[in-house]
Amino acid sequence: MHQPHAEPRRSIYYDYQVFDAWLPSQHPQPQHHAVVIAGAGPIGLVAALELARHGVKCVLLESERQVSEGSRAIVFTRRSMEILQQVGVADRVTQNGLPWRFGNSVYRGQRVFRMEAPHDPDDRFFPMINLQQQYLEEYLIDAVRANPLIELRWGNRVNAVTQDGQGATLEVDTPEGPYTLQADWLVAADGARSGIRSMLDLKLEGASYEGRFVIADIRIDLPLPTERLAFFDPDWNPGNTILMHREPHGIWRVDYQLPPGEDAEAALKPESLKARIDAQLAMIGHAGVPWEMDWCSVYSARALTLPDYVHGRVLFTGDAAHLLPIFGVRGANTGFQDAQALAWRLAFVVQGLAAAPLLAGYSSERVGAAREIIDEAGKSTRFMTPPTRGFRLLRDAVLSLSLSEPFVGPLYHWRTSRPHEYRHSPANSAGDDNALFKAGPGHGAPPQNVRLGADDHLLDHLDHRFSLLYFTEGAAVPDALQAEVNGLRARGLPLRMIAVGSAQPVAGADETLADADGHLRERYGVLASGAAYLLRPDQHVCARWMSLDATRLRAALLNAAGLKMEA
Amino acid sequence: MSQNTLTIPGLEQVYDALATAIDGAGPEKTELFLVKLALMNAQALGDPEQFQRHLAAALRDL
Repeated sequence: MHQPHAEPRRSIYYDYQVFDAWLPSQHPQPQHHAVVIAGAGPIGLVAALELARHGVKCVLLESERQVSEGSRAIVFTRRSMEILQQVGVADRVTQNGLPWRFGNSVYRGQRVFRMEAPHDPDDRFFPMINLQQQYLEEYLIDAVRANPLIELRWGNRVNAVTQDGQGATLEVDTPEGPYTLQADWLVAADGARSGIRSMLDLKLEGASYEGRFVIADIRIDLPLPTERLAFFDPDWNPGNTILMHREPHGIWRVDYQLPPGEDAEAALKPESLKARIDAQLAMIGHAGVPWEMDWCSVYSARALTLPDYVHGRVLFTGDAAHLLPIFGVRGANTGFQDAQALAWRLAFVVQGLAAAPLLAGYSSERVGAAREIIDEAGKSTRFMTPPTRGFRLLRDAVLSLSLSEPFVGPLYHWRTSRPHEYRHSPANSAGDDNALFKAGPGHGAPPQNVRLGADDHLLDHLDHRFSLLYFTEGAAVPDALQAEVNGLRARGLPLRMIAVGSAQPVAGADETLADADGHLRERYGVLASGAAYLLRPDQHVCARWMSLDATRLRAALLNAAGLKMEA
Repeated sequence: MSQNTLTIPGLEQVYDALATAIDGAGPEKTELFLVKLALMNAQALGDPEQFQRHLAAALRDL
């Protein structure tokens, strides 16, 4: 019998709400659902909301009865905010989070490198924003509870999974015992220690590193801006690294690396935590400032992924699919992109628009992204936690040189999470004009946001459908194009047409953006009337044309959407 | 391939200066010093392939 904690978790800044467990005795009807998502962390919640945008119902199972213990993921990237905007919670994150764009690397009391994340005037969101995971989950849960297509079941833990070609059968344990749940599709969003991954006996590939970090959240009043701080090889922790981030509500995240061989239990003893945090505060000139502990944990640097995220009727996403180092804020920020890449394809398959092979594109795109991250993160990790004597010597040489030779500074900068460009995705159109464009987002890239006016950006105008940005100065969409769009829509394809470049509404388009100053056209490399961009439901570009015609539009959409119909 | 080479007096000067600097760094810091030096020389060289050839040559006959 599964007995999740019924008492609110302890926190000095967050009021935990305990939700009622969902009990099978109160729901005697047979349990068969098109989509079941295991895990109501940020990624499972976003996946559920994304599916609901497509009109697909799901059951969301959460083992616990409250949101995450501790702040966990605290830095969210611009691309994550663009995804969260689509599911309706970006405003709340903006209202309550702390935006930032600078990082500082400090060695022997000297700032040896300053990272400045670019902030384009066309962007709506900052490069990074800090917010504790409990709040993000709360906002997502509020959105889920307001959505009639999502049934969130607290206190439901997946105990066993079997599957055949038609679906998965789950044994789900609850505070009153287990019940059986049938799912046509199971989304495993059950986190780093994914039980479903173990039940299917799947092995992650990649590297585990020796370096282990304590993550501690303390409440303290420090007169410092919201910028990332990284301290290398300080006197109190020789050879190791310390990171600090400001969080809302007067909380600071302090991450410090443990000396090799020290175990987690020893590291989390109150006297050990106190001595080290006091030493860190003394080093930055704030000795004796009072502080209070909220939460702490131990983390080890791993860079691992499943080689395939689609296993029959079970689809892996987020940390259940991969474990990525925290340097570079790769965890949740990668997971949101997974959820977004998965949801539209799964919706198309569930709705019978596309056949199951469409899901292979999800796996190839996101496994590719994870492998790229692992490669990049390996470089950061080799600097932060040198694996051999040679790497340690090089790292120490760079630290020493950096005090007088700025050319080594960029080695301090671990690349931060960024949206992945699916350059080689099978969803990209083979017969378009991608190579002819001199500007704008190319094949597989996420769209560049464009400021259209006060509090008005291009991405605000996109929804869950394919978006065709059709650049025209004409009064109407040409007949042949219009007929093609209507025909595809009649077969159920969700497609929205946005005309760009005309002061008057363009007949046949769902919406017209005037783009009076031509700025959008300039950023998208559009030279003449008749050009177009096709964005997938997850906003990534799958085709662009200098001059669009109905035949090529049809080919691009059939390919990207994997439509079940004769071409 | 080599645009600038040392003259014999220049090579002798480098020889003495490097030996003296190694002694100055002391046995504890010799490796660190030499790695710093290698990185600075690589930066001045501006050519990772040539640096790779230097690595291969220096690894020979150890």
